[in-house]
Amino acid sequence: MSQIFAKGLVCPLDKNNVDTDQIIPKQFLTSVSRDGFAQALFFDWRYQADGSANPDFVLNAPQYQGASILLTRANFGCGSSREHAPWAIQQYGFNVIIAESFADIFFNNSVNNGMLLISLSASNIEFLFNRCKQGPQQWQIDLANQEILLGNNAAVGFQIDQDVKQRLLSGLDFIGASETLSAQIANYEQQRRQNTPWLG
Amino acid sequence: MSRTLSQNPAEQQTGKTLYQKIYQSHVVGALNGSTDLLFVDRHLIHEVTSPQAFSGLKLAGRKVRRPDLTFATMDHNTSTQVRSYDAAGETSRKQLEALAANCAEHGIELLDLYHPDQGIVHVIGPELGLTQPGMVIVCGDSHTSTHGAFGAIAFGIGTSEVEHVLATQTLPQQVAKTLKVEVTGRLSPFVTPKDVILAIIGKLGTAGGNGYVAEFCGEAIRGMTMEGRMTLCNMSIEMGAKAGLIAPDDTTFAYLQGKAHAPKAEHWDAAVAYWQSLYSDADASFDKVVTIDGSQIKPQISWGTNPEQVIAVNEPVPAPESFTDLIKADAAKRALTYMGLEAGQKLTDIKVDVVFIGSCTNSRIEDLRAAAAVVGSQKVAAGVRALVVPGSGQVKRQAEAEGLADVFKNAGFEWREPGCSMCLGMNDDRVDAGQRCASTSNRNFEGRQGRGSRTHLVSPAMAAAAAIAGKFVDVSQISFSEGAQA
Repeated sequence: MSQIFAKGLVCPLDKNNVDTDQIIPKQFLTSVSRDGFAQALFFDWRYQADGSANPDFVLNAPQYQGASILLTRANFGCGSSREHAPWAIQQYGFNVIIAESFADIFFNNSVNNGMLLISLSASNIEFLFNRCKQGPQQWQIDLANQEILLGNNAAVGFQIDQDVKQRLLSGLDFIGASETLSAQIANYEQQRRQNTPWLG
Repeated sequence: MSRTLSQNPAEQQTGKTLYQKIYQSHVVGALNGSTDLLFVDRHLIHEVTSPQAFSGLKLAGRKVRRPDLTFATMDHNTSTQVRSYDAAGETSRKQLEALAANCAEHGIELLDLYHPDQGIVHVIGPELGLTQPGMVIVCGDSHTSTHGAFGAIAFGIGTSEVEHVLATQTLPQQVAKTLKVEVTGRLSPFVTPKDVILAIIGKLGTAGGNGYVAEFCGEAIRGMTMEGRMTLCNMSIEMGAKAGLIAPDDTTFAYLQGKAHAPKAEHWDAAVAYWQSLYSDADASFDKVVTIDGSQIKPQISWGTNPEQVIAVNEPVPAPESFTDLIKADAAKRALTYMGLEAGQKLTDIKVDVVFIGSCTNSRIEDLRAAAAVVGSQKVAAGVRALVVPGSGQVKRQAEAEGLADVFKNAGFEWREPGCSMCLGMNDDRVDAGQRCASTSNRNFEGRQGRGSRTHLVSPAMAAAAAIAGKFVDVSQISFSEGAQA
């Protein structure tokens, strides 16, 4: 049974090691709010020093306006733990990122915001980038069956951690799920006090 | 003895890595599938990544479960020139006030801007004894890996996770793969832990540690002080490792004894006995093993825009064509353009505009001693802006007492108040577009120190030498005829 988690236009960002300082620079981190970061996404690449849009940056290209799937290369999201990075990506309109690999903290932060991050082999990533060169792509993501549907019956399968998959499909409350183990937490705390009293 | 795992060593500890031992002793229960709920011993928070977590808590009507295990400081967003909430702008002031209000409301100890021991979160945690072997330590900051130097599982988390830890004092986790990094032999003079970790990242790459917890071991590591081990573990995140750690030993215990939050006398022996059980068993197997000859490591310097783009200072800047991987070759080409460098250049011919000695990587007393020893009675070169930002109030006071601050000030360095400062330029300490900075920090990403800034990562001794010469220098080649005063 097919279950479409997301669908939309693909924006290809052909870079390795896109770090969180590029995704959202420092000056936007002084906010105490969780919102308002869409304009800050890829700020130094997206805008020139005078504030005008950089015509050479892929996100500004007319054919990629309204994109909701980001395609990129290896080690996306490396660097700082700032959750402002996935917030900015999501608030801009991307809910799916496809890459060869992701930095661990960025991956967790994205999942905690309900985003789907798909890792594929370098050859599959290359295949998808080549496909983007043929013209704007509209893809669908079938999370239940773990497939990227490219249209015309073409598809690329993907692997995903089953716990992450379940969380995304069920929309489980992150903290609420752990609170179901409250009794075990209390029990652990009691033993900890007995066994290692210096820890408090 | 103390924990389950150490009760029957022969039976239970066979074949486990240090990471696995600590992980297993913190499992509260199974959540689902392969996800466990881990107990968190220390939760460190700061102003930038916590306000949204407290808002979320309030929205859901939740409380902070263990304010007694939560500690806060202000470091990222603060002026290092004036001790004032107002000094770094309106939005910064609001963020600092939000942290103060949240800590007051929930009963969390806060080392605010006016506290004598305030400083960078990864400097003050260890020096207050909050960081101890065998702990699980988290903080909404990627350089939390620093605390692994004590034989703890320590890693950075995002704001949703900060909220989760505030509410439950736990975090859902899965067992990571294990990576053993053995650094054999002895380091040459002027080769520091910073050079060691840069060399390791150069070898493994910025994603080489993705999915792994790295354990550093070997003669070169054993010989390091706690400050050096912290520098090493600090940058394990720069190779993508979830955490980096080092088995605790007598160096660790000696550092901790007498620290404010270290175990008190009545518990000390029991704590040390527990800590002594924290090592990887001889028959433990790692998912990946890397061995590096420490005696061959030379002073390092980054030439590009990520920490794997690094060379020994006496090597020429690499040509993009020298990379067999086409993507890496393209990244090198872009990095050279951004950095204003050409293949084949010697970095010792390149002038610097700014020198920054500080950050959670290299702002501890030992770092300042190393830098001051190079400075001696010399002066900062004309046209170079140089600043030293101590990591904490304690480091600052000690450096002043030892005369290091005078060495820096007499040479023409700016001597600042503690904070993250120019490592990420969230405050007003920034590198201007096109300027080149010799920096003891941890990231040379595009724009990290200011839009258009060009960062070269180096050790404190290399940074000090660059400040004096006005260009990069191979610190292992300089003579000390000037006479170091420190």
